[in-house]
Amino acid sequence: MSIRRNSLSKRGARSGKAFQAVVVSAVVFVLLGAGDPATRFSEIGHQMMCICGCNQILLECNHVGCPASDGMRNELMASLTRGDSDSLVEQGFVQKYGPTVLAAPTTKGFDRAAYIMPFAALILGFGLIVLVIRSWKNRPAPAIADGLSPVRGAELQQFRDQARKETDL
Amino acid sequence: MAEIGSFALLLALALSVYSFLAGIIALAFQKRTSSQLVGVTAGTSGIAASGEESSLITTLRQASERIGETARRAGIATFAAVLLASVVLVICAFRDDFSIAYILHHSNRDLPGPYKFAVLWSGQEGSLLFWSLLLAAYGFVLRLRYKTDPRLFAYASVVLSGVQIFFLLLLNFAAHPFAIVQGTIPADGNGLNPLLQYPEMVIHPPMLYLGYVGFTIPFAFALGALIMKYPGEKWINITRRWTMVTWAFLTCGVFLGAHWAYSVLGWGGYWGWDPVENASLMPWLTGTAFLHSVMMQEKRGMLKMWNMWLVFATFWLAILGTFLTRSGIISSVHAFAQSSIGDWFAWFLAITLIVFVFFFFKNKSHLRSEHKLESLVSRESSFLFNNLLFVLLCFTVLWGTWFPKISELVQGNKVTVGAPFYNRVAIPVALLLLILTAVGPLLAWRKTSLESLKRNFMWPTVGAVAVAVFLLITPQSWGSPFGLKPWQDISYFYSLMAIALSVLVTLTVASEFYRGGRVISKHTGQGMFASMVQLTHRNTRRYGGYIVHFGVVVVIIGFAGAAFNQDKEMEMGYGDKMTIGPYTLICRSYTDDDAPNYASEWAVLDVYKGGKQIDTMTPVRRFYKASRQTSTMPDIRSTLNEDLYLVFEGLNQDNGHPILKAHLNALVMWIWMGVWIMLIGTVLALIPNAPAPVRVPAPARLETARTAPVVTGD
Repeated sequence: MSIRRNSLSKRGARSGKAFQAVVVSAVVFVLLGAGDPATRFSEIGHQMMCICGCNQILLECNHVGCPASDGMRNELMASLTRGDSDSLVEQGFVQKYGPTVLAAPTTKGFDRAAYIMPFAALILGFGLIVLVIRSWKNRPAPAIADGLSPVRGAELQQFRDQARKETDL
Repeated sequence: MAEIGSFALLLALALSVYSFLAGIIALAFQKRTSSQLVGVTAGTSGIAASGEESSLITTLRQASERIGETARRAGIATFAAVLLASVVLVICAFRDDFSIAYILHHSNRDLPGPYKFAVLWSGQEGSLLFWSLLLAAYGFVLRLRYKTDPRLFAYASVVLSGVQIFFLLLLNFAAHPFAIVQGTIPADGNGLNPLLQYPEMVIHPPMLYLGYVGFTIPFAFALGALIMKYPGEKWINITRRWTMVTWAFLTCGVFLGAHWAYSVLGWGGYWGWDPVENASLMPWLTGTAFLHSVMMQEKRGMLKMWNMWLVFATFWLAILGTFLTRSGIISSVHAFAQSSIGDWFAWFLAITLIVFVFFFFKNKSHLRSEHKLESLVSRESSFLFNNLLFVLLCFTVLWGTWFPKISELVQGNKVTVGAPFYNRVAIPVALLLLILTAVGPLLAWRKTSLESLKRNFMWPTVGAVAVAVFLLITPQSWGSPFGLKPWQDISYFYSLMAIALSVLVTLTVASEFYRGGRVISKHTGQGMFASMVQLTHRNTRRYGGYIVHFGVVVVIIGFAGAAFNQDKEMEMGYGDKMTIGPYTLICRSYTDDDAPNYASEWAVLDVYKGGKQIDTMTPVRRFYKASRQTSTMPDIRSTLNEDLYLVFEGLNQDNGHPILKAHLNALVMWIWMGVWIMLIGTVLALIPNAPAPVRVPAPARLETARTAPVVTGD
């Protein structure tokens, strides 16, 4: 019993370390390359919409003489040069152009629902399927005609092996 | 001419109404007389009166059959009438008959012939007429093939007539394609939208519409089978083939649309997650789910209710897509299609939903099936998860499309739901689906031992991991997709995962062909390739399906290339240089030109790679005279590795120099190649199986049973 507890606690410690490693990797993963102004310009510029009505991402708007995109790009560059944080840049744009300037809903308030719903549906659907499979698995086998009995155990395995041998590698 | 067209449309409506009503009466009488006949023969046999009663019922039955036949013929005649109206509209376009408002608004004298033909589907009224024509054409084929199962086809025919009535009502009373211009008739038309003046415009909408409209047929069969409580799974067999054909058309239409956007819109991308694009994707996703889950019903008699709902959802989402386009309820770049007929579609959607839900709950006991699952590790389970992910992807797209409206209702302000949202939400789900695509084919029906799964899965996994490591350690200077460092950007992580999983799927598909081919080769002594061909021919559906899977992974690899895209914009005078990726562009000239339909400005650029000239490219910007609108015609140089995509954005007004934008889009050609492979796989899956000659002697215990031919299962 004590050996088992010991091995469990060791396993727990190991999984704890693994979790820490995953968290550290994730943080490094997120932070690496985040400070480069050109990368930030490209990243934030791809999170914004051009407001001229073309329905295109700010950095993808290709209208020469577009009344909006050039000015918006300059504003974005100016904000980054000032050293504004990503959220400050976004807030500034939202205040000036309204919430539709962001190419995707934010992760605040009701907007969060946009992201939560698909994953909630995934979890719900996954749970439902597991329940369905379990209930189907626990159902009794269908009745078999008189005189025949279902093949089970070693005999079934023998047939499986034979089928595999004849149809498989 | 306009009078002939209008008359043809009215006639088509009258014929459809007749086909619908007479069809219902005939079916109702047939049902009643059948039950009475059973009652008479069972309950009153031997009594003289029963003979008279029986003959009366037989007469009534014959009469109802005759009425049913007239309904069928009226359905066929509807096609002739709608075809006449369509031909008249096209003739009017070629004759530049600007007295018809539709022709005035969508054509002009100098419009090239193929686009005059395409006028039929270039605007609202015409596209509704085209929709109606395709529906009538599908109905025509269905009614000609009625002998396959007269009763089921009669029910399906009634459902089709119901849908046809809706479109003909729209055409006759809300969006008349033959409406006459009031007052003075202009000398020339307003012209076709410049974005639509591209060769693919001639085939993209017909393909998309063949897909959209085609899903009416599975729906008609499904609803018919539900109403008549159709015994057995034959309707599913009939529906599956129709669905596969329709699915192929929709696939073709969706990707032609992507290619058109890529080649014409000039922003360098092929998919913008616009509501109208989403509208075409949603029925494709549920249709694909149905094509998978239908196998569960055929092989195991499972998921009858679910399949019914999937067929309905696919049809309903196709109509919803049209509603989104026409109603203007959600803002879209496809604003040219907006109008007031959205209300009609909303009502139609509501009515079809009510009718379907009513019959579903009325007859759902008929759809009960004995679900029995032996193991979680089985083909059945994989199909369940596959369906979950397809439906979830569809839900995500639907949710994202409607979220701006929902946000407006809840918090009073609209939000934009664009590519960043879908990249965050849909890509992880799509990657899960890719894993299932790899695992699914390795699972057997009923039960798969973990040992066999491990054995079949090991080498493909090793191959996929090896490719991933190779892409990780190679230098980025080798070009895309090498040097993928997932910690640098989340898009690199997704790309690496997508490519690795694509390799996994490819290897599992290849191993399936190899294993099957080897068995046949061993039995027949044929070479491996000939054995694989024979294997495919013996079970076209299964191996055609695998080829479709392979096409999908090729498309996915193309999508994964988006992580490496680069672009650069520059004003270029004579001799100016621009470098992007491995290419150097030198502006040799820029000039303008004049054609009857448009004026154009273009630049001539020499393309160098590794110090050697490899091409000369000419991006163009056109100004269409009739519509007074401009449009870009990007020049694209495609290779397997990347596309060099040049856009003539305009002229600097001060010095007259052209402003050019260059995109380097990685692996885009893989997308178009993948689509071809998907279509080849679908065509292959539609070919009937060759008879299986391999026979296995029955074991001693089953000596009394007939020796059955062994075929490979799906």
